[in-house]
Amino acid sequence: MAVPIAFFAVFFAYPVAAIVARGLETDGTWQFGRITDVLTQPDIRHVLWFTTWQALASTALTLLVALPGAYVFARFDFPGKQILRAVVTVPFVLPTVVVGTAFLALVGRGGLLDELWGVRLDTTVWAILLAHVFFNYAVVVRTVGGLWAQLDPRQEEAARMLGASRLRAWRTVTLPALAPAVAAAALMVFLFTFTSFGVVQILGGPTFSTLEVEIYRQTSEIFDLSTAAVLTLIQFVAVGAVLALHAWSVRRRETALRLVDESVTARRPRGAGEWGLLAGVVGSVAVLLVLPLAVLVQRSLDASGFGYYRALTHSDGGVFLVAPIEAVGNSLEYALAATAIAVVIGGLAAAALTRRDAGRFVRGFDALLMLPLGVSAVTVGFGFLISLDEPPLDLRQSWILVPLAQALVGVPFVVRTMLPVLRAVDHRLREAAAVLGASPWRVWREVDLPMVRRALLIAAGFAFAVSLGEFGATVFIARPDNPTLPVAVARLLGRAGDLNYGQAMALSTILMVVCAVALLVLERLRTDRTGEF
Amino acid sequence: MNNKKFLAAVVGLGLVTLSACGSSSDDSESSGSKTVTLVSHDSWAVSKNVLADFEKKSGYKVKVLEDGDAGQAVNKAILTKDNPQGDVFFGVDNTLLSRALDNGLFQSYEAKGADRIKAGYRVDGDKVTPIDTGDICVNYDKAYFTEHKLQPPTSYDDLIKPAYKNLLVTENASTSSPGLGFLLGSAAKYGDDSWQGYWKKLKANGVKVVDGWEQAYNEEFSGSAGGKKAKADRPLVVSYASSPPAEVIYADPKPTTAPTGVAQGTCFRQIEYAGLLSNAANAKGGKALLDFLLTKEFQQDMPLNMFVYPVVNGAQVPAEFTQYGPQAKDPETMDPAKIADNRDDWVKSWTSLVLK
Repeated sequence: MAVPIAFFAVFFAYPVAAIVARGLETDGTWQFGRITDVLTQPDIRHVLWFTTWQALASTALTLLVALPGAYVFARFDFPGKQILRAVVTVPFVLPTVVVGTAFLALVGRGGLLDELWGVRLDTTVWAILLAHVFFNYAVVVRTVGGLWAQLDPRQEEAARMLGASRLRAWRTVTLPALAPAVAAAALMVFLFTFTSFGVVQILGGPTFSTLEVEIYRQTSEIFDLSTAAVLTLIQFVAVGAVLALHAWSVRRRETALRLVDESVTARRPRGAGEWGLLAGVVGSVAVLLVLPLAVLVQRSLDASGFGYYRALTHSDGGVFLVAPIEAVGNSLEYALAATAIAVVIGGLAAAALTRRDAGRFVRGFDALLMLPLGVSAVTVGFGFLISLDEPPLDLRQSWILVPLAQALVGVPFVVRTMLPVLRAVDHRLREAAAVLGASPWRVWREVDLPMVRRALLIAAGFAFAVSLGEFGATVFIARPDNPTLPVAVARLLGRAGDLNYGQAMALSTILMVVCAVALLVLERLRTDRTGEF
Repeated sequence: MNNKKFLAAVVGLGLVTLSACGSSSDDSESSGSKTVTLVSHDSWAVSKNVLADFEKKSGYKVKVLEDGDAGQAVNKAILTKDNPQGDVFFGVDNTLLSRALDNGLFQSYEAKGADRIKAGYRVDGDKVTPIDTGDICVNYDKAYFTEHKLQPPTSYDDLIKPAYKNLLVTENASTSSPGLGFLLGSAAKYGDDSWQGYWKKLKANGVKVVDGWEQAYNEEFSGSAGGKKAKADRPLVVSYASSPPAEVIYADPKPTTAPTGVAQGTCFRQIEYAGLLSNAANAKGGKALLDFLLTKEFQQDMPLNMFVYPVVNGAQVPAEFTQYGPQAKDPETMDPAKIADNRDDWVKSWTSLVLK
C-alpha cells in the first residue's frame, strides 16, 4: 500500500497541485474568486454541458455495441478468435491524430459512407460518438469479456434446470456476477470520453470543445493559468463524483464468484441464432474497427508498393536526427518500462485493496487511483515541469519520465482489470492456506496468482498498449534523437509533401502491427498450470 | 500476524523501483560546462554535419530539447524561467515575442554577426536575435484552377469574391499558428475595426475552418499529397510560402513544376527569434550557440530542414525555393507589441464571429 501511495503522491498529486497552485495563488493569497468568475462565463458552461452529454452518449453507445462482442469472445470458440481479439484492441492504442485521419476516410467527404449513401458525418457529433466507440470497444470487450469467460456456465444451467427461463437465468445468475465488470468498463469509457481531446479536436472541428480541449487551449495557447487551474479543479470534481458513484454502486454488488478456467467455458456456437450473433459481432467489428484501419494501410502504400516503408529507413537529416524506423525500438523500450512500473504499482494496489482488513481509507484510495484518467495530459506535463525540477528529483530530462507518465495512465487499468477478479477469489481459500502455515507471500503465490494470472496478463496488455499509443505526456519529454512512434507520426504529418504523408501512414501501420503482435504474444503467454480450477 | 512481513516485502519492492528511477539523473552536471542545451519547439531541425562542425570548432556538445509546438514551448520556458531546462531558446515568433519579453525570459546578448541581419528583421534591444523568417500565405491547387479555367486569387479582397465561393479552408486562430497568422494578416490589411467585416464576408463566402494545419492541409486541401488521397475538395488553403517547394522535394519522382502555388497578396510575415535564457547554467556556451545560429553555414542549412528563409545577407536559398516558393514581396506585418495587446481580444471576437 505504501508504494502506490508514494508513487501517486510524488508523480501525480504533487505536480498537479503545483500547477494548480501556480494558477490560483498570486503573492501568497489564494484567488478563489476566480472560480466563480470562470463558472459564470456562458462559453465555459456550454463546454461543460457538451462534455458531459457526449460522454454519456458515447458510453451508452459503446456498451450497446460492445457487450454482444464481449459475450461472443467469452463464450464462443471460433477460428481466428485470438487474432480478432488482438485486432479489436489495436484502435485503443492508435494516436488520435491517426484515428482522426482514418475516421475522416470513413465518415468524411469522399469516405465510404459518402460513396455508398451520400452520408457525411464529419464535424457532426456522430463522428465523435462513433470514434469513441472505435476507441473504447476493446475496453468493454476485455474487462467484461475477461470475467465473463471465467464464469461457470453450469450455474446458469442449474437455474434453467430449476425451471427458470433463459432470460431469467441470465438476469438472476450471470448479470449480477457481471455487474461489477460492466460498471468498471462503463466507468472507464466514461472517463476516457469525458476527457477526450484528439478525437473531439479533429472530428468535431473547432465548433465542439470539451473541457480537456479548453484546458489545453488556456494552458498552451492563451497562457491563462488561473482559468486553466479552475477548469482542472472542475474536471477533478466531476471525475471524483463519477468515481464516488461507481465505488458506491460496485461495493454493493461485489461477491465472491466461482471462477473456472476460460478454456472450458468457450464452445463452438450452436444453432442459427448463435451463429447469427457471431456473424453480427464480426460484421460490426469489420465495419467499425477494421475498415478505418484498412484505410490507413491502403494509404501507406504508394504506386510501386512499399516505397514509403523504404523511406522510413534513412534519416534525411530533416524531421529526425535518426531514421524514423528507430522510433519502433524507442516505443517498445518505453512501453516495457511503463508496463513493468504499472503492473508492480497496480498489482500492489489491487492486492492491498482486496485485503480483508482494508479499511475505509484504503477503499477511498481505490478511487484516487483512477484520477489520472481524469486529469489532462497537459496539466500533468506542465506540473512535472515545474515540480520535478530539483535534485534528487530532477527528472525533467531523464528518460524515465516518459514511462512514469505513461504508467500513471496504465495503473488504473491494471487495478480495474485485477480488482473484480481478485475480489472474486474466495477468502476461505486464503485462510485455509494460512492455517496450513503458508506465509502471506506464499498464500498470494499459491492461491491468488493462479486465479488472477489471466487478469494480470490482460492488465499488462492494456498497460503496454496504453503506453505504446500515449502521446500527450510523451510529447513533453520527447527528445529529437529518440521519438516514440506516435510522436514521429505527428511530426511527419506536420510537414507538407507526399513522402512525409506516406511515411506517417506507413509508421501508423507499423504501430498497429507492433501493437497487434505484442497483444497476440501476451494472449499466448501461458505459464505452466499450477492452480486447480 | 504476518502483516509486517508482507509490508516489508512490499516496501522492499518499492524501494527497488524507486531507486531504479532515481539512478537515471541527467548528466549535464557531471560534464560541467562542456554541454550547451538548446530548447526549441518540435519543428527544430538541422543537418548532422552542420551541428557536428559547430561542436568540433567550439568544443561544446549540443543537447536539443524539443518542447511541443511553438506556443507550448514558449509557455513552458516561461514557467521554468527560474530554473530553465537549457541555455538558449529558439523559436519564439513575432506573435509571441512580447509575452516572452514581458515575462523576462531572456538576458541581454548581442550575437556576433548581428550586423549582417537584413534591415527588415532587426528588433530593438538585444534580448533576442532574429534567426529565420517565413510567410503564412494562401496556397492554391494549380490543377483545379487550370481545369476550371479560373484565375487563382491574388489578394485578400479576391477571397471574398463569388468566384471563389466554398473554396478556402483555414485553421482555427485560437489553436493554430497559421490560422492566427492569417487573422493577423487580415487585421493588418483592413485595420483594427474593419477586419471583422472582412471575416463576415469571408464566412458568407463559405470559408471552412478546421482545427489544425495538418488537417487543413492533408485532409481538406486538394493540392496536397494527402488531400489527393483523401479526395479533398478545397483548392485553397492557408499554409506557408514554403509549402510548394516541400511538395516538390518530398515527391518521388520529383515533378518538374510544383503542384501548388502561392497567392502572393495574402501573406503575413512570421519571424522566429532565439535568445539566451535568463538563468542559463552555461551562458558562455549559450552565447557561442547563438553566434552559430547566425553563421552562413547554419543559415543556408535551414531552408531544407525547417522550410524557412534565412535572415542574414549573403545566405543562399536552394533552387527549389527560388523557383516554387519565392518569399512574398510585400507581406503584411505587425508590431509584436500590438499583437500582444490585441491578440486575445481578437481571437475571442474572431471565434464568436466565425465559429458560432
